[in-house]
Formats: sequence, C-alpha cells, structure tokens
Amino acid sequence: MTRTSVQTSNSTPAGGGLAVRPEFDAIAAWIRPGAQVLDLGCGDGSLLRFLKEARGALGYGIEIDDANILASVRNRVNVLQSDLESGLAGFESGSFDYVILSQTLQAVRQTEKIIGEMLRVGRQAIVTFPNFGYWGHRLQVLKGRMPVSSTLPYQWYNTPNVHLFTIRDFESFCAGQGIRVLERVVMDEGRVISTLPNLMGSLAVYRFDRDQRS
Amino acid sequence: MNAPGSLGLVIPCKAQFDSPIRLRSGAVMDRYELAYETYGQLNRARDNAVLVCHALNASHHVAGFYANDPRNPGWWDNLVGPEKPVDTNRFFVVGVNNLGGCHGSTGPASINPNSGRPWGADFPVVTVEDWVQTQARLADHLGIERFAVVMGGSLGAMQALQWTISYPDRIRHALVIAAAPKLSAQNIAFNEVARQAIMTDPDFHGGNFYAHGVVPRRGLRLARMIGHITYLSDDAMAEKFGRALRNGALKFNFDAEFEIESYLRYQGDKFSDYFDANTYLRITKALDYFDPAAESGGDLTRALAGARAGFLVVSFTSDWRFSPTRSREILKALVDNRLDVTYGEIDAPHGHDAFLMDDARYHSLIRAYLDNIALG
Repeated sequence: MTRTSVQTSNSTPAGGGLAVRPEFDAIAAWIRPGAQVLDLGCGDGSLLRFLKEARGALGYGIEIDDANILASVRNRVNVLQSDLESGLAGFESGSFDYVILSQTLQAVRQTEKIIGEMLRVGRQAIVTFPNFGYWGHRLQVLKGRMPVSSTLPYQWYNTPNVHLFTIRDFESFCAGQGIRVLERVVMDEGRVISTLPNLMGSLAVYRFDRDQRS
Repeated sequence: MNAPGSLGLVIPCKAQFDSPIRLRSGAVMDRYELAYETYGQLNRARDNAVLVCHALNASHHVAGFYANDPRNPGWWDNLVGPEKPVDTNRFFVVGVNNLGGCHGSTGPASINPNSGRPWGADFPVVTVEDWVQTQARLADHLGIERFAVVMGGSLGAMQALQWTISYPDRIRHALVIAAAPKLSAQNIAFNEVARQAIMTDPDFHGGNFYAHGVVPRRGLRLARMIGHITYLSDDAMAEKFGRALRNGALKFNFDAEFEIESYLRYQGDKFSDYFDANTYLRITKALDYFDPAAESGGDLTRALAGARAGFLVVSFTSDWRFSPTRSREILKALVDNRLDVTYGEIDAPHGHDAFLMDDARYHSLIRAYLDNIALG
C-alpha cells in the first residue's frame, strides 16, 4: 500500500499530559453529550480524549503516524492506523454524529474527496485550519517570505501542508460544494475574533453539513 | 530499571477433564487432558489473567525454557516475560496446547480409551469454537472467572476473536494479531495442498500410521515447506536468501542448490521430526472452518453484536497470507458495533511471520495497550 502519510500538527506535547488547544472548547461546545465522533488525523488523541472527558463522546481516531498511534493509546482513545487519502471505506454512511478534521485539511491532497467522505460518514463535519489570510501571514508574504507562525509552524521546505487557504477561500469552497456552514469560530492566540476574521484570525473552526436544498 | 528478563525455567502442567464435551462436529469426548503453562501470579482479585492462544505449530510453551532444553525458549519469549510487553510481573499468563494437538494435550496420537490404541483417524475434527470451549474449562480449573486478555496471532488471533463471541462476559480485552475473520479460497487452497501432501504419503496409512511404526514424513515435510512459503513475504525471502547458492556454482542436478531450497528442506525435516500429521490435518481444518459470521448470514458485524471486549487489532503490511485488508474487515465489524478498538498496521517486511518477531513498533503498541488495563 502507499504510505503518502498525512501528517498533522497534533503532536505530543513535551512532557506528555493532555494538550488542550484553544479550539477544543469551541468544538466541545458544539458537540452534544454522548455523541459519536470520528476524528481524522487525530494526532496524539488529545482532542478525542478531551471530548470523551468533557462531553462523554464515544470516539475513534484515524492516524497514520506510528508515534501518534502510541500517544493516542496512552491517551486511552480508540485509534485506527490508516491513511486518510485512501478514504473512509470501512465506515458506514451516516454512522457518526460528527466527523472532525482538526488542523489537517491543509495537509490533505484530495480536499474535495475527504470533505465528501466526512459528510458521507458523518451527519455533520467539523474542521479547523490555519487561516492563511491572517494579517501576520500576509505581512510575512508582503516581506517576501512564506509565513511561519504558531498555526503554520513549518518552513516552506519541511511543511506537510500542501493546500494553504484563507477563511474566504474555504467559505467560497463550501458554497461551491453545496455545503451549509452551521457555525464558525475564528480565533487568534486562544481568543475568539469577531471583527475582520479573515484578517485578524489565525485559526478557523467550522461546523457544517450537506445543504439538503442543493 | 532492569533490562527485560527471561522467565527462566518453566514447567509444563496438565489438567484432566472428566466431564464430556460436545464438539461442533457433534462428536463427544468423554475425557481429555490439556497441557498448559503459567507464568506470573494470579492476583487476589483474579483479574490479571492473560490467555495466549497458539497458531498452527506452536504449543503451551509460550515463554521461558525447559531445564532439558535451555537453548529453545518458548515461541513468544520475546513478548512474554518479566518487564516484557506482556509483563509477567503484572499479568498471570496462561499458555495452552489445544485439544487435538501433539504437545501434551489429548490428540490423535493419544490412546483412545475405547480401543486402547492411538486415536489416529478416529480423533474428531476440532474447531476454533471447540478450542475456546476447552480453554474456558481450563480457566475454570485455574480459578479464572474472566480473562483480562485473550491474545494470539494468526490462528491464535481467531481464538481470541471467538472468545469475544463465545464468552463475552469472560474476556475484557482481545489482542487479535495478523488475523482474518475467515479464510479466503486461496488460504484454503494452500491448506488443501498441505493436507494432500500428508494424506497421499504412503506412510500415512489413512491416519493410523502409529500402528505401522512409521510417520508420513515426506508429507509433513511438504506441508511445512508450502506453509513456510506463505509465512514469509517475497521481500523477506529475497532479503534472506535471494538467489544465493549453497556451494557458489550451479551443479546441474537436483540437490538443494539454492539457499532457499536448503532452508525449506531444513524446516520441513525439523517439523516432520516433532509434529503429528493428524494434528496438522485437524489444525488446518480448524482454520478452514473458522467463519464466525457464517451463522449471521456472513455479516461479521452481527456476529460480533454480543461482544463487549476492548480490542487491539494488529496487522503487518507485508503479510499476504492474512493481509491488512483482512484485519480491516474485523475492524469494520468492531467499529460498527461501537466497541473500543485500537488498530495498528505495522510497516514490517517479514510477512505473516512478523507477529512472532521482535519489532519495536509492534511491541511498543502491545505494551502501551496492556499498560492501560487496570488490575485489582
């Protein structure tokens, strides 16, 4: 099999322990208690563990990286070693309440395919991604360099990211794909941003489903 | 911290069972013995027992070594022992030779009490379900109400999976390694070639070769040789043997010229020295018959609907006998039933035999999974 691994930025924090990222609370707030959740590219499993502890969610994570598989086991979450690019063939349609893709969409090659699979398997989908339109990123591009930041922590030559996009790009993508955005939270440095989100926000969190009218 | 150690000397035990057991075939065995070994201590809560199920040619001798054979440790000694991934300082580990085996449990070479002669051809065909039933009786014998873990690789993994179906209340976790939920036609085909090799050996005598003082050695050799080919990956064989010649040059005859020929002959010879031909036939049949979904119309999800165990499923990328795709079939049924499951797909080159190898990623995963099991 091919191992074109989709790496995520969800790595194990130094010293172990549960890394609660700012968007975890936003995601947990959207998820109803006891929900069944599939987390694609679950990294070290910290989001799943958070959702299990905060919302009693029953979850499974999909992850390709050996070290992240181990970290997820140590976080006591269900993790399945698999390559996201090969799709979600083993999962029944409509079988999960939420399918989550946290900080991974930008590293997936086949964007339309994975979003389509998320909305096939899940009744709703949740994605988080670094906003390329963030002012700090724009400034670095203006200075003639590829941006490096807390949400885009890689150099151009070692980044796993293959698709960088902005909040406006994503919403335009959704409109074109017949996707209905249900909720959006834009953040920067852990704070929720409400004005000029595509400029002021470094991280975007979306909940969406398939627009039945389309 | 001490380096992971060996169990050192271990001693096999036997348990005698005098209440009749009805096998899946309908045959009834009035009494039988099971050979087993245990390592570590059953704790006061009796909740730290681990059952290790063996595959085709292995036995109850899982780890440690015998006083008279210190150079040959048990078949899963790299995994089981003090501070090893299956840590005998924490767990009470039980290895058992399955019914119909040839390592001490009642099998075709044992004396049939009704005739006073070896069972031979009369020994019933046994199945994975039968083995699990007898293992549960051994658990009763040892005072184990519920296993913390039942584990195995290959055919051993099928027993672990069957445990979650047959005795959902008696197993907390199943380690299902290098498994398939049922054999493919190709798998059965290989088994049939092995059986034909044995049954067409003139020394087989219809299974009653004991009376003739012979062993169908040629058949066993061939059976083992073909088995070995399926256990190794093409890459592993290329790596280990390539086209290397034993004596450097072609000799234009039919001796074992290539190293791989020599290796297969050696493995075949060794196997025919110790393995019972009737046991081999029955174990391959047990493999062929295993299909827990059959009673649910082929729906493995429904077959596992009553299971409650947590699962660790592991496959190996180079295993073409039971490929990762086969483990994913099991995985799907477990996820459909919303059972707790972790799945590791180990990128290992060794083929099916990888489950017996000391691979850091594989062993770390087992260790991490078992570390999460709370014990009384």
